[in-house]
Amino acid sequence: MNRRIPQILGALALVGLSAAAFAAGAVEGEVQKAKATNWSAIIMFFAFVGFTLGITYWAARRTQSASDFYTAGGGISGFQNGLAIAGDYMSAASFLGISAMVFDKGYDGLIYSIGFLVGWPVILFLVAERLRNLGKFTFADVASYRLAQTPVRILAATGTLVVVALYLIAQMVGAGKLIQLLFGLDYAVAVILVGVLMVMYVMFGGMLATTWVQIIKAVILLSGASFMALMVLVSVGFSPEAMFAKAVENHPKATAIMAPGGLVSNPIDAISLGLALMFGTAGLPHILMRFFTVGNAKEARKSVFYATGFIGYFYILTFIIGFGAIFLVGTNPSFLDDAGKIVGGNNMVAVHLAKAVGGDLFLGFISAVAFATILAVVAGLALSGASAVSHDLYASVIKKGKANEKDEMRVSKMTTLVLGVLSIVLGIAFEKQNIAFMVGLAFSIAASANFPVLFLSMFWKGLTTRGAVIGGFIGLTSAVVLIVFGPTVWVEVLGHEKGSELFPYKNPALFSMTLAFFSTWLFSVTDSSRQAQEEKGRFDAQFVRSMTGIGAAGASKH
Amino acid sequence: MNNEEIVARVQANPKFQELVQKKTGFGWMLSIVMLAIYYGFILVLAFNPSGLGASLSGGITTVGIPVGLGVIISAFVLTGIYVQRANGEFDRLTQEVVEEARK
Repeated sequence: MNRRIPQILGALALVGLSAAAFAAGAVEGEVQKAKATNWSAIIMFFAFVGFTLGITYWAARRTQSASDFYTAGGGISGFQNGLAIAGDYMSAASFLGISAMVFDKGYDGLIYSIGFLVGWPVILFLVAERLRNLGKFTFADVASYRLAQTPVRILAATGTLVVVALYLIAQMVGAGKLIQLLFGLDYAVAVILVGVLMVMYVMFGGMLATTWVQIIKAVILLSGASFMALMVLVSVGFSPEAMFAKAVENHPKATAIMAPGGLVSNPIDAISLGLALMFGTAGLPHILMRFFTVGNAKEARKSVFYATGFIGYFYILTFIIGFGAIFLVGTNPSFLDDAGKIVGGNNMVAVHLAKAVGGDLFLGFISAVAFATILAVVAGLALSGASAVSHDLYASVIKKGKANEKDEMRVSKMTTLVLGVLSIVLGIAFEKQNIAFMVGLAFSIAASANFPVLFLSMFWKGLTTRGAVIGGFIGLTSAVVLIVFGPTVWVEVLGHEKGSELFPYKNPALFSMTLAFFSTWLFSVTDSSRQAQEEKGRFDAQFVRSMTGIGAAGASKH
Repeated sequence: MNNEEIVARVQANPKFQELVQKKTGFGWMLSIVMLAIYYGFILVLAFNPSGLGASLSGGITTVGIPVGLGVIISAFVLTGIYVQRANGEFDRLTQEVVEEARK
């Protein structure tokens, strides 16, 4: 029995490790510039940009009120929102990264993608509809529902902005490198292009444009990936058995790719990272915001159902693509360099497969899709950051809920512009930096600062403002401090000697989440102020609304 | 009628108690099922990796392939089951509770 323990931990570690690679959310490390400028890709990319700017123009004319700007007037259907949520999840990194992992390790790539899917059903069963019934524009609406507005909004806005900033920097750096590789454009040019387009979508088209850009991208990415998987299946006469046989024949690891492999790392780290990913997803502000774009709880539920279906389908496609690449890309000398390695690195196998099955034109299409994917994701991030500043900080904290709607939207648009400039500057500044820890940190903070407060505000009557604020800030600071003192930043970024790190684990969520929940509980139960009594007294009304939707913000009329 | 009265009437309604009990219980139950499937898969990976690596029916395809795909499909099916019941039974109950509270 005892001998089994290391194996379990090893299996968990595998899931955790691979999740780390996925969560990195970007193409890492040095990349070589594409040899020639890829014209068909550039033309198709500009067709996408032209089309989405047309949508932005259409959306801008329909975006009049704050509700239009933040949540597309609540008029997105469950199906559309499901596609948009799936779009937020199907990043360029997951498309290129998972297919690369299947190409390299086979079955382990499947295990890797599964860890990401299982958080979604849990979000549906416990969070989605309550969130929809209680909130209006941001998740802070829910967290601060029966608590003191000023401190809780400041906490939620801080959590949002830190997560958005880390995520944005990682995406910008990844975008610059990917575009350099795919299109042969200069890094700085690519970063500026992404920043400018992001600002245009969000500033003019608000959530309506941001959602449609995400939907269109999800549809073209799913179509492109479906075509590639189909061509792989065609090449083997639609026999999975023949596909696996051919892959095994052409892979250096042979039959080992058909069975679970053995990546073993620190088990505590693996568990900790698993927690961060599962509950971090339920604390990511740009994902949570999507639940306010649908009309009611029924549509919110449907969104998660469709999103889970699309994400699951996408992972199955990447599995087929990765296996197909083993014998369609790995054996083709035109995709290998002199040393026999994949040109551009393993992350490029899906792109090479596009060329192998669809020629230069389809290669251009897939490259354009990869770029479009980054644009869609950064637009959602920018909108969520802008909402935290205008709705939570400006309208609720500074103006005490009495802000003029026009002023609030002006603040939001100004913030979008500032975020655009900042992300370009930081994207360029961080080009040569090691940013691999940033998305992991973003997930840890989302799981340790945003999620506990949000979850307890909906499920625990005893939560008070004091508990929420102290617990939330402890979660936030402990996640940051433990990451900085851990091996990823202390050794790899700050360059201290290996083994000198003050905190032994790469991922802090297990500790910072526990600390956040514990301190939120402790400072709530010891809070005997009159305000705390009143806050607990308001729980029943909140609970009735969260269950029935009585009084919930509806869709605006158009 | 002010909000406090509505809340009091909703809470006093036995249908609301029924809704809370059914919806909350069902949500937690399905969450546990999902976690059990996922961690069950992880346990098999740890305890019996060679079982997953065994040939499915004498060919190259291993048992792990349908099992892995099964976990993905189960996530989708579980969300479908929840949505089916919530959009039908739970929403009907909710509708009745809301209407009775406003009478």
